[in-house]
Amino acid sequence: MQWETVIGLEIHAQLSTQSKIFSASATTFGAEPNTQASLVDLGMPGTLPVLNAEAVRMAVKFGLAIDAHIAPTNVFARKNYFYPDLPKGYQTSQMDHPIVGKGHLDITLEDGTTKRIGITRAHLEEDAGKSLHEDFHGMSGIDLNRAGTPLLEIVSEPDIRSAKEAVAYVKAIHALVRYLGICDGNMAEGSLRCDCNVSVRPKGQAEFGTRAEIKNVNSFRFIEKAINHEVQRQIELIEDGGTVVQETRLYDPNKDQTRSMRSKEEANDYRYFPCPDLLPVVIEQCFLDEVRASLPELPVQKRERFETQFGLSAYDATVLAASREMADYFEAVNGVCGDAKLAANWVMGELSSLLNKDNLDIEQSPVSAEQLGGMILRIKDNTISGKIAKMVFEALAAGEGATADEVIEKKGLKQVTDSGAIEAMLDEVLAANAEQVEQYRASDEAKRGKMFGFFVGQAMKASKGKANPGQVNELLKKKLES
Amino acid sequence: MSMHELTLRQIASGLANKDFSATELTQSLLARIQTVDPQLNSFITVTEELALSQAKSADERRAAGENGALLGAPIAHKDLFCTQNVLTSCASKILSGFKAPYNATVVEKLASAGTVTLGKLNMDEFAMGSANESSHYGAVKNPWDLTRVPGGSSGGSAAAVAARLIPAATGTDTGGSIRQPAALTNLTGLKPTYGRVSRWGMIAYASSLDQGGPLARNAEDCALLLQAMAGFDPKDSTSVDQPLDDYLAALDKPLAGLRIGLPKEYFGAGLDARIGEKVLAVVEELKKLGATVKEISLPNMQHAIPAYYVIAPAEASSNLSRFDGVRFGYRCENPVNLEDLYKRSRGEGFGAEVKRRIMVGTYALSAGYYDAYYIKAQQIRRLIKNDFVAAFNEVDLIIGPTTPNLAWKLGEKNADPVSAYLEDIYTITANLAGIPGLSMPAGFVDGLPVGVQLLAPYFQEGRLLNVAHQYQQVTDWHTQAPTGF
Amino acid sequence: MALERSDVEKIAHLARLGLTEAEVPQTTDTLNNILGLIDAMQAVDTTGIEPLAHPLEATQRLRADVVTETNQREAYQAIAPAVESGLYLVPKVIE
Repeated sequence: MQWETVIGLEIHAQLSTQSKIFSASATTFGAEPNTQASLVDLGMPGTLPVLNAEAVRMAVKFGLAIDAHIAPTNVFARKNYFYPDLPKGYQTSQMDHPIVGKGHLDITLEDGTTKRIGITRAHLEEDAGKSLHEDFHGMSGIDLNRAGTPLLEIVSEPDIRSAKEAVAYVKAIHALVRYLGICDGNMAEGSLRCDCNVSVRPKGQAEFGTRAEIKNVNSFRFIEKAINHEVQRQIELIEDGGTVVQETRLYDPNKDQTRSMRSKEEANDYRYFPCPDLLPVVIEQCFLDEVRASLPELPVQKRERFETQFGLSAYDATVLAASREMADYFEAVNGVCGDAKLAANWVMGELSSLLNKDNLDIEQSPVSAEQLGGMILRIKDNTISGKIAKMVFEALAAGEGATADEVIEKKGLKQVTDSGAIEAMLDEVLAANAEQVEQYRASDEAKRGKMFGFFVGQAMKASKGKANPGQVNELLKKKLES
Repeated sequence: MSMHELTLRQIASGLANKDFSATELTQSLLARIQTVDPQLNSFITVTEELALSQAKSADERRAAGENGALLGAPIAHKDLFCTQNVLTSCASKILSGFKAPYNATVVEKLASAGTVTLGKLNMDEFAMGSANESSHYGAVKNPWDLTRVPGGSSGGSAAAVAARLIPAATGTDTGGSIRQPAALTNLTGLKPTYGRVSRWGMIAYASSLDQGGPLARNAEDCALLLQAMAGFDPKDSTSVDQPLDDYLAALDKPLAGLRIGLPKEYFGAGLDARIGEKVLAVVEELKKLGATVKEISLPNMQHAIPAYYVIAPAEASSNLSRFDGVRFGYRCENPVNLEDLYKRSRGEGFGAEVKRRIMVGTYALSAGYYDAYYIKAQQIRRLIKNDFVAAFNEVDLIIGPTTPNLAWKLGEKNADPVSAYLEDIYTITANLAGIPGLSMPAGFVDGLPVGVQLLAPYFQEGRLLNVAHQYQQVTDWHTQAPTGF
Repeated sequence: MALERSDVEKIAHLARLGLTEAEVPQTTDTLNNILGLIDAMQAVDTTGIEPLAHPLEATQRLRADVVTETNQREAYQAIAPAVESGLYLVPKVIE
């Protein structure tokens, strides 16, 4: 039986406003419990919500960035249920009239192709507080600092067909919200949370299978693992004659498995109705125009520009455009050295390795864009070879010089390009290895190919790596053939 | 005249003339409350310390040259207005011991104007009732007949003012809870346009229907109080940002040319004919003052009660979810688990009527019933609003009874809560549509007060007060006090 | 649409209202009376009528994104039933 996986993702992005969505409390992460919980946040009797303009603006930014329909009015609705981290006994959210309607996001798959993932809607809502299960004499402790933080809930269409696609989508959302400056995307801190709706169906079947919801998977890696595990579980279950139950499951990263959440016996009846304490929110055309004009170049546009303007491959363009900071760094390097290909290779290669090794963000890079750009210029003008450049790069990273030129000077790494000098050096090398030269001249093409490397190696050794490799190759061949 | 017989206006003059000080007045009323209120049970909390401190402050402000109309005026607040550090109970066990951590905007505004808070007034639990019999603190008696209800839910406010314990009080009106008790106790009571008075700190029953307003012995006093209570509040999203009229200046406008409408649907079966007669008598009086009257129609009026009894409980069922024993208020003893905490705190904390309305509301919003109940009710609501909009194209004011019956006996409607719901027929349409309404004294039947209701277009509270004031210049029903008070 | 005992129990559960055994029958009766009153609505023709959620049909005002609230934990928790280390205590929440 061939199975197809169907995945829909609900992503909650905590909007990076200063104050909460309905109250003027601070939203800073990590404060002492209940020190950022005002009367409104605590659901004190008689308190009322007032909507944060910046939350609206951020939601609209997102909607425009995904080409979505922004309705002229949107309405807040109450989602009623009882839970200690929900002080009012309802969550103010949006139901029938969300602020952002249908849109889409294009993702780049591993093979370089693009896939369009539909986004059903995105709406504003307030976050709940936190239950801490530290044992307080068998009680739980509730911290309401987080209660009221603005969330944008982004709901994808069930267009995703694999765990890898899911990760690509989440990464694209992650990049986009950071690009827009509306969310810091910190999954570890909970600024970006992902719920995965997973189902399977026999390939070719039109109907969707029953889906299970995996909640609160908080890293790209876990998303992939959780989905893969869940798909396996469902397939095995069905093949064993069972049926998938519509339920909520939690991913346990330690055991790499999902487990059913306790007692969601009957689906909650949330009794949504328009919140009578809030009025319909009007989005005027001039506001839309103003927000649209203020949008930064988006990842998709940047990717396309990198491909067309700089001739980069789709894959390279995607990697470089993944974050605004990365893209800006790349363009700055290119701005200095004027060679996009080299700039791309160095940023995606040596620089990324260095950053990964030391667990640094690009903003913390020990090598600045100017420094890297300057170094690439010296590769281009043949001052150094690509190989030597690696040494220069490491030296710059270690702070051994303010510029590439300084390092090259200090360490005497200038490449030898004087053909006369190279020829002289080669003559010495050949003289020192006369036997091999004779053998070479006596051998056929194939054998020669293998022996050539020996001479190149000797030449590089003799010149301490400073001889221009291209010239070495050319001149060596000439000498050996003659 | 004894101090307790003075109206707000007379108090303002008396204080200005230094006939007495705010402190003396306050002391006198505090003493009176202590002696008289046990018969009525209109106060839940008497705030003696606060009152004397505010009175002293008012006297000091006056000595320093201030002379606002409410400076030193003794009032009391319905016990659903949050008063900082003072018990705010909504007449419910679930708010036992709840000392509000902040002041309602209405409370702040009146305090800034110099009023002196004598206490917190009894009411139907969470404002759900028309008789003030559902209070955790016991029923309130009507000073006009101690065996009868004073009306509700602002029963304590009405009884206290009617018995001259205080000259005026704040109340709230969701389906008639200011106007109906005013009618049953010979007072003038006003429900402003929705959004005119801030709901910040006014513990919510039905958010889209609730409005705070004044109860006093006459229109002028209501105007004085409303002027200070009303106004835009940025903390309330439903508060209207519209400049306040000068309600006092509006009082003296002559009524010549006023077009009054008398809805034909008002005079159907169910209305005590004697009340109907009083309405017609008021109409005659207003005609003498220059008004014209015509018959109008409010065709959807009869559907108002079912719509109200879906919408109000629906909103309330959600508004009251926050009372869960977690952060404030009553918590049951030794909860064994979370579910037990919620169910017993709420089961033990809420009274029967509140629980009933929460359940009706929960049901009306539940899956499968939302369209048939909640949506249907909101559609009817629009029809009712449309009726008023159409009517106000032809007339400036609508007149009618405030209640279909006189004050009934305590306990009479306990067996059948629905019969009490039917008493709201004249008042609830104003809440559904959001228009302002006022009840004023219009005479007596069998020694019991009768109120007549005036309804006006949005933001025309001034017109209501004007008409009532003019009527009160040529009649004296409103000056009468219940025997023994 | 008459409610049965089981309906009443379900509603009470949704609303987290603990009804005692004794309360259920009377509550069921009274609720049915109220529903009888409400059912009169079904006779009204409301085709094409837009529901009215807010009486004045105004629109939502927006607030500038500025923090003005300060830490008032002590004052607000002074009235709480059970607090420890700044946290509100409830019977253990089991996930």
